Amino acid sequence: MVSTAGTQTLSPPVPAVPADPAGAAVTTAGLAKRFRGGQLAVAGIDLHVPYGSVYGFLGPNGSGKTTTIRMLLGLVSPTAGSHTLLGRPMPSAAAEVLPRVGALVEGPAFHPHLSGRANLARMDAADRIADPATASRRIDAALDRVGLTAAARKRYRAYSLGMRQRLGIAAALLQPRELLVLDEPTNGLDPQGTREVRTLVQGLAADGVTVLLSSHLLSEVDQVCTHVGVMHVGRLVAQGTLDELRGTQQARVSVETADPAAAVRCLTALGLATVHAEGRHVSAGAGNREPEAVLAALVRAGVPVRQFTVDAPGLEDVFVALTGEGFDVSG
Amino acid sequence: MSAVEVAVAGVAAVPAHRPPLVSTRLLRSELGMVFRRRRNQVILLVLAAIPVVIGIAVNASAPDGDSSEGPPFLYSIATNGVFVALTSLSVVLPLFFPLAVSVVTGDAVAGEASLGTLRYLLVVPVSRTRLLAVKYAGALAYLLAAALLVGAVGVGIGVLLFPVGPVTLLSGTQVSLGGGLVRVLLVALYVAAMMAAVAAIGLFVSTLTESPIAATASTVVLAITSQVLDTVPQLDWLHPWLFSHYWLDYGDLLRDPMNTAGLTDNLLVTAAYVLVFGSLAWARMTTKDVSS
Repeated sequence: MVSTAGTQTLSPPVPAVPADPAGAAVTTAGLAKRFRGGQLAVAGIDLHVPYGSVYGFLGPNGSGKTTTIRMLLGLVSPTAGSHTLLGRPMPSAAAEVLPRVGALVEGPAFHPHLSGRANLARMDAADRIADPATASRRIDAALDRVGLTAAARKRYRAYSLGMRQRLGIAAALLQPRELLVLDEPTNGLDPQGTREVRTLVQGLAADGVTVLLSSHLLSEVDQVCTHVGVMHVGRLVAQGTLDELRGTQQARVSVETADPAAAVRCLTALGLATVHAEGRHVSAGAGNREPEAVLAALVRAGVPVRQFTVDAPGLEDVFVALTGEGFDVSG
Repeated sequence: MSAVEVAVAGVAAVPAHRPPLVSTRLLRSELGMVFRRRRNQVILLVLAAIPVVIGIAVNASAPDGDSSEGPPFLYSIATNGVFVALTSLSVVLPLFFPLAVSVVTGDAVAGEASLGTLRYLLVVPVSRTRLLAVKYAGALAYLLAAALLVGAVGVGIGVLLFPVGPVTLLSGTQVSLGGGLVRVLLVALYVAAMMAAVAAIGLFVSTLTESPIAATASTVVLAITSQVLDTVPQLDWLHPWLFSHYWLDYGDLLRDPMNTAGLTDNLLVTAAYVLVFGSLAWARMTTKDVSS
């Protein structure tokens, strides 16, 4: 194949290939936002979203997730720090980078008097580099992908919250994207819709799209994400792969027995921390002991074991350990 | 794969379609939004009704008495239907036109902000400068349509209800009916040009708030305030600088020959308003945090 600049427009669209594989799809350095009222919404965070990852951006409502996302997309100007999207500095490269980024920011927003389809057409018309010749096809494909084809001609006003959310995702999928920024994408969706979004995100990730998914739902992040960043009161308190983060927390062992008092004595004697008894169930942090050794000790001590389980630390444990709070806190 | 191809692959995902230097799609979409909006259509309908009401009223009882009362040209209608258009344009100018313009400009930025669609337009991305330019163009198209509509309906009703013929101008000279219609067109364009300043002010106000109603109301209040100040003799020195000062000065268009020097001055003051408030709107738009 003869390689000339002219072939660029003829070659088929190539799926997202990192411009700089060593870099990341999103990086921030000391990114901070202090609002005019003096409130520090984001206190200097260093995000690192690797190419090809599904990055769960976790935090309770009010922890600074949305402000961060607004800064990433150039809607809000940071008061300190810098950031890059797809390896290019923002906001200076916004015109070049943002067409390759699909975004859902703080819920969907459309014109209520227009149909879902007309709203997408409006978004597409605003895109200077979108090809008008393929607009109709791309809009239909996006609607189909989120299951809105049947409601395409209904006014947005008549959409349910779940349909609105789907339309917002459809707008983010009007073009092939290299990075998707999805802020609470399953808000207002029923369990079926939530599952569909999860499948959609996994499908996109399989195509090589990097996904930054903000959520206050731990289970959502737990199920689809490869990486996690946890925000708490404007700070990024933890960041890494899901396994790394889980590794910071110890597993718990729990035993079902007819003699819980004996089990408690035995586990305490082993030096396990946080021993809890509740009815016939006794649990404790395994610490650095092998669960097998714990079970053997229980049996040796004559504790009648009916069932013995090891619970890997859930993201919720990690989160509570990091923030010292339950997850439903709005700050 | 050669190094060049690798480099190209790095910026893939840019669609095979080569984007044009200037795309009019957003502008066309905006015009569709402005003109298909039910509320804006109703406003145009109300504006179009004014010449009809004036025509029927005069037809029912030709005005007599002191011709210094009532709107300009009212007393010429019975002799020449063309004057329905001129009377109507003068009637809608002080309040209805500024209101119509303010509704559209209030919606322009504040409306998108209150719906949340502003953030999605910016993320597409649409540059803030381009968005502002498109919004202003949409408002200009609307007020131009409004002025031409009132003029056209005025002429239509005039032809229907009154005798029409050669038009006697303010200078006393007579021009043919065709020449008279050209003058009506010029007056409509002049009115539209005056409203362009209101649109620029309205657009600036629209960038300050997330409430379209507040933006519209503030702009109307500014337009009325300017006219009130214009009636206070103690503020003589201020009058030439008020944007509403020249609104009804289209008499110069109705003389033979036209007094183009005075018109140029009026248009320059209007252009200065457009420039100043356009710049303010731009400065605000390109620096503001979009947190709605």
